[in-house]
Amino acid sequence: MHGPGEFELSRRGILVGGAASVAMTAAPPIAEAQEAASAGAGAPVLARVTLKVNGKPHTLELDTRTTLLDALREHLQFTGTKKGCDHGQCGACTVIVDGRRINSCLSLAVMHEGDSVTTIEGLGTAEKLHPMQAAFVKHDGYQCGYCTPGQICSAVAVLDEIRAGIPSHVTGDVAGKPAMSAEEIRERMSGNICRCGAYSNIVEAISEVAARRKA
Amino acid sequence: MKAFTYERAGSPAEAAAIVGRTQGARFIAGGTNLLDLMKLQIETPTHLVDVNHLGLDRIEATPEGGLRIGALVRNTDLAADKRVRKDYALLSRALVAGASGQLRNKATTAGNLLQRTRCPYFYDTNQPCNKRKPGSGCAAIGGINRSMAVIGASDACIATHPSDMAIAMRALDAVVETVRADGATRAIPIAEFHTLPGDTPNVENTLAAGELITAVTLPKPIGGTHIYHKVRDRASYAFALVSVGAILQKDGSGRVAFGGVAHKPWRVEAAEAALAQGAKAATALAFAGAKPTEQNKFKLVLAERTLAAAIAEARA
Ligand SMILES: Cc1cc2nc3c(=O)[nH]c(=O)nc-3n(C[C@H](O)[C@H](O)[C@H](O)COP(=O)(O)OP(=O)(O)OC[C@H]3O[C@@H](n4cnc5c(N)ncnc54)[C@H](O)[C@@H]3O)c2cc1C
Ligand code: SF4
Repeated sequence: MHGPGEFELSRRGILVGGAASVAMTAAPPIAEAQEAASAGAGAPVLARVTLKVNGKPHTLELDTRTTLLDALREHLQFTGTKKGCDHGQCGACTVIVDGRRINSCLSLAVMHEGDSVTTIEGLGTAEKLHPMQAAFVKHDGYQCGYCTPGQICSAVAVLDEIRAGIPSHVTGDVAGKPAMSAEEIRERMSGNICRCGAYSNIVEAISEVAARRKA
Repeated sequence: MKAFTYERAGSPAEAAAIVGRTQGARFIAGGTNLLDLMKLQIETPTHLVDVNHLGLDRIEATPEGGLRIGALVRNTDLAADKRVRKDYALLSRALVAGASGQLRNKATTAGNLLQRTRCPYFYDTNQPCNKRKPGSGCAAIGGINRSMAVIGASDACIATHPSDMAIAMRALDAVVETVRADGATRAIPIAEFHTLPGDTPNVENTLAAGELITAVTLPKPIGGTHIYHKVRDRASYAFALVSVGAILQKDGSGRVAFGGVAHKPWRVEAAEAALAQGAKAATALAFAGAKPTEQNKFKLVLAERTLAAAIAEARA
């Protein structure tokens, strides 16, 4: 299930061929980088890191510059997590690390030694969707689908954040308990941009899961 | 991104010593500002010292009745802390007005104070910018400067400080605690922490090379109504055009700091004495000597109206 299936490989092939930025940020093959590492200042530096991704540990030898996003996509073939802006502005790269959602593009893989990462592949499977995935399908919470893995990872964490009582910009009384409301969900999802503009359906999908879990 | 070596420091003093003696070394905390700038080669450190595992992530009560916030406390955790929500609500409100949920989960107290400007020409490496490349000029002065500073700027730089959290810290009289490369510690009042651009806009604060922020302390709570109003181009997830952080007391007295208007959080204590007379009097004093551009003079009107809204809210 988690291996690079044929479909994923061919999609990646197209992306690498078609988008210069993706090709350029992919780390060089390890052997090549190791040779260069001995070449002096400014040469790539390698480091070993162990990440637990969707419950399974993976040890990688990475260029220190490799972001968590590139480690997941380019080195472990968890291509469900998407690269949008690569600057923390769009949220397509959202994953859950040790229970918290973060932008995997603005974090170095080497800084995650021993951390547990959950990607969209770890939330549910095609046969057994996570309730949030099922709700996005039911409510048409996407059009092109590129931002969807980030939206879903973010949405799952948003419900946990509201339940944990973490305030948001629209929480009336920050000392009180935030409401499980559409207004709260909208504000908390503002770090996930959808250029197709599926926002209203996304809020409906999340609200449905929120209501179900509340009952 | 330029290549760099990476290490985890063993203690705060060790981290400061390493960065102090290593050419091109920098601390990395949440990484949400530093990595963004490294990808664009605006920042090009050759060695990163990770300060995430030094036990600087706690919020503790101080003997004086205040709070000591570890430098590595995440913005989410600080905003959600029960004591902060109850006694320093301005800080919670300012934090949740900034960035996104994902970013706040990584962003730290120290990193937030030290985030760099969002001036579009600072980000555009094709343009002259005295902050990015001292002596190269300032593209913003004759360019698109709607978002820039209206007061305290210089002929070298008209950038603003983008932090929401820092506005609350300024109004709350926070103190920044540090350890220096030689192991000495000191406490810097927030009023003396951020600097104006002058002739050296590349210098943004009074930290020495290798000086590590270990904590930010808050004096004991002062009560009052805590308000943070942020006016921006979208309802969420955008930097402030103008923001007002205010703590207003029943008798009409209070404190106010403005964001989005200067190279540092803008607080004029003399202007606070006029708060009881209303927003017009207080903003006139706070912005005496302002030099807005044709494109951003609206910020002066906006600052007054935003403060008026805060005062009305406190009275309601
Ligand atoms: C898309 C986007 C939108 C944003 N919107 C907002 C917003 O609306 N409002 C807002 O206020 N902010 C906003 N931010 C900025 C965000 O708040 C900062 O990026 C964050 O607070 C930086 O904290 P960090 O821990 O990630 O810092 P880092 O990136 O790790 O570090 C920043 C700087 O501080 C130095 N440093 C870190 N820790 C220490 C220490 N302990 N001692 C000494 N030096 C240290 C580093 O060397 C570096 O120079 C936004 C960011 C992004 C990407
Ligand atoms: S305003 Fe400051 S940061 Fe912006 S271009 Fe001018 S010198 Fe650079």
